[in-house]
Amino acid sequence: MSVLLDISHVDMVFPTPKGPFTALKGVDLKIKKGEFVSLIGHSGCGKSTVLNIVAGLYQATTGGVILNDKEVTEPGPERAVVFQNHSLLPWLTAYENVELAVKQVFNKSKSKAEIKDWVEHNLQLVHMGHAMHKRPDEISGGMKQRVGIARALSMQPDVLLMDEPFGALDALTRAHMQDSLMEIQNELNNTVIMITHDVDEAVLLSDRIVMMTNGPAATIGEILDVTLERPRDRLGLAEDPEYTHLRSEVLKFLYEKQRKVEPLSRKTAKVKPQQKEGEVA
Amino acid sequence: MSSATTTKLSFPTELTPKVKANLTSAARHIIIPFVGILAFLLLWSVAAQNIDTSLGKFPGPSAVWEQFQALHSEHKASREKEAAFYERQKERNAKRVAIDPDYIPKIRDYTGKETFVDQIGTSLITVMSGFFLAALLAIPLGIAIGLSKTLNIAVNPIVQIFKPVSPLAWLPLVTMVVSALYATPDPVVPKSFLVSMITVTLCCLWPMVINTAVGVASIDKDLVNVSRVLRLPALKHVQKIALPASVPSIFTGMRLSLGVAWMVLIAAEMLAQNPGLGKFVWDEFQNGSSNSLARIMAAVVVIGFIGFLLDRIMLQVQRYVSWDKASAAR
Repeated sequence: MSVLLDISHVDMVFPTPKGPFTALKGVDLKIKKGEFVSLIGHSGCGKSTVLNIVAGLYQATTGGVILNDKEVTEPGPERAVVFQNHSLLPWLTAYENVELAVKQVFNKSKSKAEIKDWVEHNLQLVHMGHAMHKRPDEISGGMKQRVGIARALSMQPDVLLMDEPFGALDALTRAHMQDSLMEIQNELNNTVIMITHDVDEAVLLSDRIVMMTNGPAATIGEILDVTLERPRDRLGLAEDPEYTHLRSEVLKFLYEKQRKVEPLSRKTAKVKPQQKEGEVA
Repeated sequence: MSSATTTKLSFPTELTPKVKANLTSAARHIIIPFVGILAFLLLWSVAAQNIDTSLGKFPGPSAVWEQFQALHSEHKASREKEAAFYERQKERNAKRVAIDPDYIPKIRDYTGKETFVDQIGTSLITVMSGFFLAALLAIPLGIAIGLSKTLNIAVNPIVQIFKPVSPLAWLPLVTMVVSALYATPDPVVPKSFLVSMITVTLCCLWPMVINTAVGVASIDKDLVNVSRVLRLPALKHVQKIALPASVPSIFTGMRLSLGVAWMVLIAAEMLAQNPGLGKFVWDEFQNGSSNSLARIMAAVVVIGFIGFLLDRIMLQVQRYVSWDKASAAR
């Protein structure tokens, strides 16, 4: 398959009061159509920066992103983003939130009835058909994230960008959402870039795991191909030697090769509040 | 309550906890405020008896109540007089038309003095016109300032300097400008109304501008990113994201400024001689009869009640319109 998305020679330098800070240095990644790629790395390594550059929310200092032979210069619905904290408009119902996106993207190509069908179809896809007329404050965190995914899917993006989509959810809800996502992925076969700090999540969902080195001047350290057969089953894989091997490869990278050494004197050490087993903070 | 539903009829010797709870809550919400008001009235009447002014004793609650009744009966009498005036005029015109079919009847307006109720109406119309004019100017301006950092930096010093100015300082300027620009022989609305209204607008403007701008500027960054990913055009961004997101703070600003507006209006009406409650207070003060103080006190009570009601109405509107129910509790 041909390359759909080409991230080439991306450097990102942020100006700070103390002088320029190089966040990313020489990030190169080619993604094929229908591939599910996850980005994993310690916090502060610039995973989100990579995603934001692909989304067009940031502009790379040097280098760039090419999607479908066109350079990315601004955000757009063909690179839909699922944000970590759902970012649904709180004054709109689930239906209206998705409708806003659908109307904006398909205003010319779909009739009123088609728009309604498409909104409902996408909400049903994420199993939110029963609560589509509820507002975000009336539904649970997992349900909000489902609506966020439905909104992104409804734009029929060329690439679906997910920024720690399940990071804010509890472990059980997260597992449930991962299963849902695999189910949807089976059906739609989208091209996906997902940021995660959960090793199991990365191995379970991805075709490739892109492991990033620690910042500053972070870059891609290793890329791991996940050749586990699909559809994948969480319980079956738990005993699978291949799965265990992949999992330990990622853990080795994170805790041996890229062990995050933070001297106690450094006050800039970022500590994530929740740390679970098999999870990188 | 529950004992009444049992098959064997028995009367509770003790109050059930639920009844007790109901009673306590009733005590808290009805009896205690009632006691408070009663104590206030008592203190007021005792204090009033001990204050002598050149217009007689300071009015106690009973004197004020009398004047309320007097104001009401004056209002009724005036309305009857007005009705009688129009009746007489109609009869007279009918007679003249009967004699001379070519005669075109002249209808003259009743020119009696405004009653207290009319003055309340005038005050309410003035404050609401000023308030809505301010909203019309302030909300678009606030949105523009909230969206553009450059505009914010440009406008901020002006807002910060004019915000603490008492609108009454503007009043002489407003009076002169209105007199100069609004010099028509047949005015649609009286000048005094315009002057009071513009003064109210000036005092409503700043809280509304600031709150709207803050609301728009502090929209969640993720929501702005959603708008960017969707490539919403500027106008649609305002309509779909910026405006709804800042509705809670817009309404906080509106409630603040309506409260201030009502306070300022009374003073503005005194100075501008707009026939509202402010003029009523001023006229009674100038009148200096033995009833004047009691009538002013009656006006004070009415002003307080209306101010309270305006705030409650704004709160209800805010609760109805705002998606963020918590913001309405502030």
